[in-house]
Amino acid sequence: MKAFGMWERVLLALLVLLLAGFGLGLEGFMTPYALADSTFNFSEKGLLALAMALLIVAGEIDLSIAATMALSSLAMGLAMKAGAGLPLMILAAFATGSLAGALNGWLVTAYRLPSIVVTIGTLSLYRGIALVALGDQAITGYPEPLSVLGNGYLGDLVGAPWLIVPIEFIVFLLMAGAVGTLLHRTVIGRRVYAIGANPIASRFSGIEVDRYRFWLFVFAGVAAALAAVMLTGRIGSTRPNIALGWELDAVTMVILGGVAIEGGRGSIVGTVLAALLMGVFTFALGMVNVSGIVMSMLIGVLLVVAMVLPRLGLSRLWRPRAAAGA
Amino acid sequence: MSKLLSLRREWVLLAIIVGIALAVGARAPIFLSWRNGMDIANDSAILAILVMGQMLVLLTRGVDLSVASNLALTGMVCALAGKAWPEMGVVSLVALAIAVGTVLGAVNGWLITRFSLPPIVVTLGTLSAYRGAIFVASHGAWISDQNIHPVIKGLPREQWLGLPALVWIAVVVVLAMAVFLRWRREGREIYALGGNLHAAAYVGIPVQRRLMLVYSLSGALAGLAGLLWVGRYAIAFTELASGYELTVIAACVIGGVSIGGGVGTVAGAALGVLFIGVVNGALPVIQVSPFWQQAIAGVVILVSVVLNAGTQGRSGRLILERREVPA
Repeated sequence: MKAFGMWERVLLALLVLLLAGFGLGLEGFMTPYALADSTFNFSEKGLLALAMALLIVAGEIDLSIAATMALSSLAMGLAMKAGAGLPLMILAAFATGSLAGALNGWLVTAYRLPSIVVTIGTLSLYRGIALVALGDQAITGYPEPLSVLGNGYLGDLVGAPWLIVPIEFIVFLLMAGAVGTLLHRTVIGRRVYAIGANPIASRFSGIEVDRYRFWLFVFAGVAAALAAVMLTGRIGSTRPNIALGWELDAVTMVILGGVAIEGGRGSIVGTVLAALLMGVFTFALGMVNVSGIVMSMLIGVLLVVAMVLPRLGLSRLWRPRAAAGA
Repeated sequence: MSKLLSLRREWVLLAIIVGIALAVGARAPIFLSWRNGMDIANDSAILAILVMGQMLVLLTRGVDLSVASNLALTGMVCALAGKAWPEMGVVSLVALAIAVGTVLGAVNGWLITRFSLPPIVVTLGTLSAYRGAIFVASHGAWISDQNIHPVIKGLPREQWLGLPALVWIAVVVVLAMAVFLRWRREGREIYALGGNLHAAAYVGIPVQRRLMLVYSLSGALAGLAGLLWVGRYAIAFTELASGYELTVIAACVIGGVSIGGGVGTVAGAALGVLFIGVVNGALPVIQVSPFWQQAIAGVVILVSVVLNAGTQGRSGRLILERREVPA
């Protein structure tokens, strides 16, 4: 599976166009600080999208991923209230995230259930637990280093103030590199594609399909925990509605990135480009005071258009493989 | 356990519902009063209407995640129309609601059949798109009690033959759906194409047309529910019924409608609605915080799908498999 195909080129061109367009049309957009700040609004969602891309390539989906974030953030808050230090708090978040992912994976593999129903159920359950635990309260007062992780720049860490790359963005890029290498350069990645393309044939060729599925769900939980640690640090509080609805944004990034919802096709490069595209787009719209709900409407339309375009008969130009497969 | 499961699941579910109602009634007799029963029936009526539409979609192996957004958008359109033209009567308002809902549903159906796109992603997209359209239509403003057309507010509050109009409407929709699915050819064809798409195409069922019908009907029912919702709660705003699609799907799953398509009965789905109604009605009575509702719904969904998987004995993991819709 090519990591940089036609669709990725289209996305890259769109991104360049968008940056140029906003750069020329919007006062103060093409400044280093604005560009650096624009990454805050998609770095965490991008992390979810990376894990979601792996799952969708394997023919599964995790709609509970944002609810898992809420649960991880809650675990951090409770750990802090119990007097734990920062390392223990982060450990609690990751343990909770992986447990939540493991429950999804176990239900999907042990009972042969469709992941969409399972994760709609666990979405309700995880978010419900956060609601029960917090009610209408919030946990605040997180330690300073966490806020630095969420709001800080790389330059502050290495003592070079001119380096205004947000730490969150670095984490996202590192994870993207790791996940991209895993999917495109390792046997594991090839097998994930194989499972998504044809799970039965994969099983017959000796791939432990269910084990892969299980660990992909656990990975989604871990990614959600990482995103939760960063988001909690950035906004400095845990509320039951933290990251509400982010699962849809993550799915949109993945689909826009050219991953086929039926599984078996797509790339991490595309997903990352789509994350950048959506991030820049929403940041620029935010600068001209477009409200959040209108942005999510545009993203919904974008999602549908991104799916319709390759099937309009122009498909040969854009995504030959998709046309052949569909 | 296996003996229990081999019973018809509708009866098991009914027994569970009666059991819960009696247990709660034993602790708080007020729960079994006529008045409380009517409250639960009123609360369940709108859910029942939505569930009938969603069930049709699930039978075809699809899913309609945009129902709550459709409901809210249609509700807002009706509220705005009622505000702008006070002379509108009940017939024209109901017709407007159903028409708007049908169009929104048909857009889903068109995208799904014309481009053979997976329903889950299409309706995920229209979920956001329709929700945003409410904001655009209303400029983010709330339409509150005094600005809602009196006919819209009056409709759900009317009493016909001693029962609330809302309940009558839900009963009519449920019965019509039962007749449609059991005795009409189109209804049987929906089961057939959900059970096996290729076989259905080979025996000459117009798959694309049936899918269009199903999504349009789901939209029409969501539109009707939107009008009733705005009337019952006498308010229309952007976030109206946000996230309610999960409750709708939960009721279907609890009622034994399979996400894998082709399996499910109207009676089961109606009992699923009743289950949610009774549980939600019981929580405040036994003094459990309403914050528990969502967590309980989650557990119930998970338990139901695990049980469904046991009784139906076949893989339901078809929703993300490659759809090959025959021309």
